[in-house]
Amino acid sequence: MSATDPRPPASQPAAELFEFLCRMGDNTLVLGHRLSEWCGTAPALEEDIATANTALDLIGQTQMWLGLAAETEGAGRSADDLAMTRDAWDFRNLLLVEQPNGDFGRTLMRSFLFDAWHRLMLERLTLSGDPRVAAIAAKAVKEVAYHADRSAELVVALGDGTEESHGRMQAALDRLWPYAGEMLADDAIDRAMAEAGIAPLPSALADPWEESVRTTLTRATLTVPEGAFAHRGGKDGARHSEHLGHMLTTMQWLQRAYPGARW
Amino acid sequence: MYAQMIKSEATRDDPEKLAAFQARIDRGEKIEPKDWMPEGYRKTLIRQIGQHAHSEIVGQLPEGNWVTRAPTLERKAILLAKVQDEAGHGLYLYCAAETLGVSRDALTEMLLDGRMKYSSIFNYPTLTWADMGAVGWLVDGAAIMNQVPLQRTSYGPYARAMVRICKEESFHQRQGFDIMMKMANGTEAQRRMAQDALNRFWYPSLMMFGPSDKDSTHSAQSMKWRIKMNTNDELRQKFVDQTVPQAEYLGLTVPDPDLRWNEETGHYDFTEPDWSEFMEVIAGNGPCNRDRLEARNRAWDEGAWVREGLMAHAEKRRAAQVAAE
Repeated sequence: MSATDPRPPASQPAAELFEFLCRMGDNTLVLGHRLSEWCGTAPALEEDIATANTALDLIGQTQMWLGLAAETEGAGRSADDLAMTRDAWDFRNLLLVEQPNGDFGRTLMRSFLFDAWHRLMLERLTLSGDPRVAAIAAKAVKEVAYHADRSAELVVALGDGTEESHGRMQAALDRLWPYAGEMLADDAIDRAMAEAGIAPLPSALADPWEESVRTTLTRATLTVPEGAFAHRGGKDGARHSEHLGHMLTTMQWLQRAYPGARW
Repeated sequence: MYAQMIKSEATRDDPEKLAAFQARIDRGEKIEPKDWMPEGYRKTLIRQIGQHAHSEIVGQLPEGNWVTRAPTLERKAILLAKVQDEAGHGLYLYCAAETLGVSRDALTEMLLDGRMKYSSIFNYPTLTWADMGAVGWLVDGAAIMNQVPLQRTSYGPYARAMVRICKEESFHQRQGFDIMMKMANGTEAQRRMAQDALNRFWYPSLMMFGPSDKDSTHSAQSMKWRIKMNTNDELRQKFVDQTVPQAEYLGLTVPDPDLRWNEETGHYDFTEPDWSEFMEVIAGNGPCNRDRLEARNRAWDEGAWVREGLMAHAEKRRAAQVAAE
């Protein structure tokens, strides 16, 4: 199927598809990078291993999503060009994943909220009308199902652990909850993808996401914040947080300092 | 990674038991956790395996320094895989040490308060991307040299851990050499980085094998017990003999004006590292000793609430299960 036939379906809206693929790939790139910032400093050796492993999965998925994005664009750029030479306003990741690590609790809560969405999204994408998208999703969903199980289990354990761990997890949830809504809101790109049969509408994931997240948070004895306010501006690139530029300064430094070198 | 400067413990056990134990080792038998062993053997092994484990853990830091700046997605993925392997090696080694009756937490505390050491090499900084190449090529190369013989060491759990570790280390060394190849065949700036990395890592890599045999007072007992399989100088020579042609292949210059092939001995003659620098690094005065220990202490202290939270939750679940039965 997809790997042997690189031609997109004839009716596919290429510009919108490129945007969509950047959204998927930038989410995994930015979160993978954030997790890699923990390298060697996690709270326990098992967490060092798991965090590096998750980051590795996400960077591998980035290679696939941005590889397909570059191919779709057809402008001679590679996945590395997209990752290492775009400026912040061309990034299409959710605001949630670019939020700084904070303490381990905040890092974990960020992963938990994202992983639950990521799993649902990839499950739907395995049925995508674009076989290339379906193939990437089929590979990624196996890894992400594990990420989601693991982050949910840890949220339960630390939410329902000591008074301190409970307090830290609640603070992390309160801090990050306003960044969750962006995952579930539709825009013109999403509608074009849904109409082309390539991807589900994010709003269609809202109910199952909310149900799975609330179930876990209840087990974790954590309280879901009230209010429906959601920050926007990541996935359309309209207004990223200040944090993304600093992350890119680090991540892109070698490619920027030595343009054209091969590594 | 590996252990260096391990002080062997004198042993004051029953001479008959000692003789029987030595006979087992001489027959090539593996010693297993429940077998009788001399106290000195146990203590020396704890120190050696513990130091080796700590080296894996601290060894993540110089690479973590570049994982966020890796130049391509593939390099980032490879470096993450390598760092993950190292944490895994730390885990097997701590488990091997635990079979000798010391807990991982106890060993960790001894690392954090400076009672136990880790390899001197990780007290050197990684300053350019070429250092990721040099660490893989030279540092992992030296580690492999040390570890391959340890697959035959007398203590079963340690020998078995080494078998697995050696497989992964050889992948690490190859990826390091691959980085060096790209750099050495790259732009002028990349070639400079590669040469600079070799200049800075050459002598510290030679130091990884520990002091010269004539100054290494602790080797004899460890070799008799087959905890140590080769002398420091043998391994160092083997490393030089293997590495010099690789440097030539890369078009890089080993920073030793007296390095030359000796037809008579069939080995390279080379300049010994500056052992006073080595002793300073061991004593805590390397370029990064304080940074490395600070980073480990911070990770441990800031992670305490997580470890405590997980334990508390596990305890609640256990209690709930007991109540349900």
